[in-house]
Amino acid sequence: MSAAEANLPETGRWAALARAARLVSPRRGQLVLSIVLGAGAILAAVGLLAVAGVLISKAALQPEILTLTIFTVGVRALAIARALLRYGERLVSHDLAFRVLADLRVRFFERLIPLVPEGLRGMRSGDVLSRFVGDVDTLQDLYLRALGPPLIALLAIVLLAGAVAIVLPAAAAVLIATMLIAGLLLPAFAARAGRRSGLREAPARAQLSSELVELVSGAAELAVYGREQQWAERIEDADAKLAATERPGAWISGLTSGAGVAIGGAAMIAVAAIGVQATSNGQLDGVLLAGIVFLTIGAFEAVVGLPDAAQRLTACAQAAARLETVTEAPVPVSDPPSPAPMPTGGELLFDNVSVRFEGRADAALSNVSAKLAPGARIALVGASGAGKTTLASCAVRFLDPTSGSITLGGVDIRQLSQDALRSAVRLVSQDAYLFTTTVAQNVRLAAPDADDQQIITALSRAGLGPWIASLPEGIETLVGEEGAEVSGGQRGRIALARGFIAPSQVVILDEPTANLDAAGARDLLSAIGSERSDRRAMLVITHTVDGLEEFDEIIVLEAGDVVERGTWSELLASGGALARLSAAA
Amino acid sequence: MPLVGAVVLGIATSLLVVAQAVLLGRVIAGAFPGGKSLDEVSGDLWILAAVVGARALCAFGFETSGRLGARRVVGELRASLTAHMLETRPAGLRGQRAGELVTNAVQGLSSLEAYFARYLPQLVLAVVVPIVILIYVFPHDLAAGTILLVTLPIIPLFMILIGLAARTATERRWRTLSLLSSHFLDAVKGIQTLKANDRAQRQVESLRETGEQYRKETMVTLRIAFLSSLVLELAAMMGTALVAAAVAIQLINGGLGFATALAVLLLAPELYLPVRMVGQQFHASTDGLTAANQCFEVLDTPAAVSVPAAPLPSPDPRMGPLVLEGVTFAYEGRGEAVLDSIDLRLEPGEQLALVGPSGQGKSTIASLILRLLDPSDGRILCNGVNLLDVDPKEWRQHLAWVPQRPTLFSATLAENIRLGRPDADEAALLAACADAGLDRLVDSLPQGLATPLGEGQRTLSAGERQRVALARAFLRDAPLVILDEPTAHLDAESSAAIGDSIARLSESRSVLLIVHRPALAAAADRIVTLREGLVVDGQDQR
Repeated sequence: MSAAEANLPETGRWAALARAARLVSPRRGQLVLSIVLGAGAILAAVGLLAVAGVLISKAALQPEILTLTIFTVGVRALAIARALLRYGERLVSHDLAFRVLADLRVRFFERLIPLVPEGLRGMRSGDVLSRFVGDVDTLQDLYLRALGPPLIALLAIVLLAGAVAIVLPAAAAVLIATMLIAGLLLPAFAARAGRRSGLREAPARAQLSSELVELVSGAAELAVYGREQQWAERIEDADAKLAATERPGAWISGLTSGAGVAIGGAAMIAVAAIGVQATSNGQLDGVLLAGIVFLTIGAFEAVVGLPDAAQRLTACAQAAARLETVTEAPVPVSDPPSPAPMPTGGELLFDNVSVRFEGRADAALSNVSAKLAPGARIALVGASGAGKTTLASCAVRFLDPTSGSITLGGVDIRQLSQDALRSAVRLVSQDAYLFTTTVAQNVRLAAPDADDQQIITALSRAGLGPWIASLPEGIETLVGEEGAEVSGGQRGRIALARGFIAPSQVVILDEPTANLDAAGARDLLSAIGSERSDRRAMLVITHTVDGLEEFDEIIVLEAGDVVERGTWSELLASGGALARLSAAA
Repeated sequence: MPLVGAVVLGIATSLLVVAQAVLLGRVIAGAFPGGKSLDEVSGDLWILAAVVGARALCAFGFETSGRLGARRVVGELRASLTAHMLETRPAGLRGQRAGELVTNAVQGLSSLEAYFARYLPQLVLAVVVPIVILIYVFPHDLAAGTILLVTLPIIPLFMILIGLAARTATERRWRTLSLLSSHFLDAVKGIQTLKANDRAQRQVESLRETGEQYRKETMVTLRIAFLSSLVLELAAMMGTALVAAAVAIQLINGGLGFATALAVLLLAPELYLPVRMVGQQFHASTDGLTAANQCFEVLDTPAAVSVPAAPLPSPDPRMGPLVLEGVTFAYEGRGEAVLDSIDLRLEPGEQLALVGPSGQGKSTIASLILRLLDPSDGRILCNGVNLLDVDPKEWRQHLAWVPQRPTLFSATLAENIRLGRPDADEAALLAACADAGLDRLVDSLPQGLATPLGEGQRTLSAGERQRVALARAFLRDAPLVILDEPTAHLDAESSAAIGDSIARLSESRSVLLIVHRPALAAAADRIVTLREGLVVDGQDQR
């Protein structure tokens, strides 16, 4: 259990679950249908047993065979009804599950969009996002597996107990009491006991995982240093500890399973005793005795799924609450009520931009000004943490400056719609993501209408021409899960091709050389500096400086301050920060 | 063996099920039409209670022993998996991502418990219970017994027959779900990129559309796949209904006592139940089976390092040169060789720099010399002895290695450095720290060398990790040292500082220094350049 989870108050979880449940409320009709079908299937099976009991009780009196026809037909009809109802329930509930899942994904994705990336600052993003996806997936069980079974059980129990109550009220009371014990108390006991051992199990499991991660990544070193045996023992120890924490769970589930059999048996014996008494008193028609006892035996099918449902309900509540810790984060930037029309052409101007993050003493950026005229090549240089990426984030309104302003063609970008702005000012960030699809689709992301030739051109500009030519499937090659099948350098260059193909006025490349070796980095930067065929302005953020010779201006940032600016030759001659960076490389 | 327990408990359970049905039949028949009072049947009711108690105990034992037994099996699988990774493929599993492997070994194998704890015992019940029930029913009522015997096989038969189709459908459903799930994961992880490219809103539409499209497609297959369970359900239910009718006719004809008739009817659903549960448990354990299959695949990958049956004593790199003769290496399943007929010679005490752009197989050479991989062709000799004829563990005792990205283990700093020599004393440890330039860090830590490292503990910078690896090598005091890109991930200042330590480590040892920047190779005796898997030139600097 993570720290965030432990801090969630119990009531907060259920409220969050209720809010999450409302997200998919339009599907309520389908839910009701699946519950009715599910309860109907249970009633048919139980009814089959009860009617069969009555049938042979009547037969025991050796009547005319024809008088039993209605019962023999009845049991067969119930058998068919059971199978059909179950089939219907499964179809409806699975259809519902697919719809709910799609709804949840869309709703939560929509809520995530305005928060990324600055709204999630401080949450380690990879972690947060994976957990987010996991939690949304958990919530898909909410209707089908968490709320469905108890509602089906409730409906079935009420109807069954009602039917029994008509002929033998005391038996109905026994039925309700034992079903409540088996359906509520027993799962509650199991959940409580399980939670305690689960609390110890999670850290033991995490411990084993991290030992294994270390083993997998460090196996070669362990082998070279001859420590295989010792590490195998460490894993065995961790596994033994995990096994020890899992043992109570085995006992608990054994106890639950035994208790379930005992409770069902107790109900059967009690109803039999009450029935025998009532029959000998003449309160109960003897032909119904077997039927009522059989019904009791069958009725417990209704509560079989409840322990699992309780577990899933708790898991759903935790997931819903965790999702809210993400989705309830304040939205960092918002659109103006009526966005100004997009200016065509014109320059992107940073005017005394300062950014100060909450809780930090130093400003991330102090009074940075810059001008990106059409066709300009500007480099923003500095060590990591100097504020380069912060400036880029401001330009696309992932973040608004604390003071100062940014204008595009003379219009303050806060007056524009975010979507229109990001289409005109395109940011290719250093951690640009590759989607699990083809190279072409990954590039086309930046220009949906681009044809294959344009994509090949953009990839060639990014230095991938020879690589693409060498691939049997060319630009239709798949990049693997999150780009796992391509190297770090290729990944960066594919992202770069997005910048080249984007039909934007301004392109900001954040650390395009991050994964390249020194020669590759220099070649790429000088190509950007000298290739002036298009009228777009380019702002290149980089910590490697070789290759910036032909840039119009180089701005050097240190701890948020502009320490020097000018062309390559000017700055090199002055012997300042750029000269030092250049010498170090 | 947990299965023996399952068989014993399974037989006991079946006998108790029959006993329960017989007793309940007697109680009911006693009251109606027998006309007995509650007192008169109370004896039978108490026995019934005892039978129920015994059934509960069996259920408890069945579940608990199944889970505990399954846990042992999983533990053993995990142990062989780790042994395999450490002993036979220490250089890593190509194509298998570490995270996936670990998830499999932990979560995946945990869900395998369901297979051993539930599915296999359920299979036992599905065989034992029907046999015991049929043995009881047949002598009493031939017709009912025949109905049960005929309808029962329909269930497994359809499980197999339609199950084949259903399984593809189930698999397809799982695939669909995981496809949708990874589509969503992909979108969420890439949301910032989508937003920067003004595509986030479009993605919402795409999520909606793909969800809807997959729902429609999958529902078509499910409509057919669920037919199989419809038939199963129908067989079990119809079986019970037919038994009821058959028993009723026997009763009317006077061929059967009412108590026995009740017992036979009660046993009908009990006969089908365990067989139906097999299908359910099978679905519950499929996740585990997938994980197990992946683990077995890993276990079945051939060893990357061969260990000779009768190893020669290991040569000492101080006594003779290390020679690579025509060494070729290609990863399995990949046609192109990483290394193509490499010749290389390292004299005792020589410092050789291996340079070349990244991706040219330099690190593969290190792995081959470290005996983490076997060459596909050619020989590696030390002092005239082919290393393939030597026990790799013995040979590695002569080596120290500073990898590109050293691993720090969850242990104290001291234990991490002692990796190379567990019995080193404090003085040696401190000396190694000083030599590796780690002394400043150690002094700055409140707990010094006893500082715990690893997850949730003190993290070290790339430079500090590199120094820990160097300290390991110093402490190891091996005659042959392999340094693989020791400064690749460091900034200029840290690299310069580490250069001094490297120079110190290189004194009086054979050193293979792998670098992609020629500048760092300046101090070496000789520089060899590797390009596209071939040694292109060697240049003597002495």
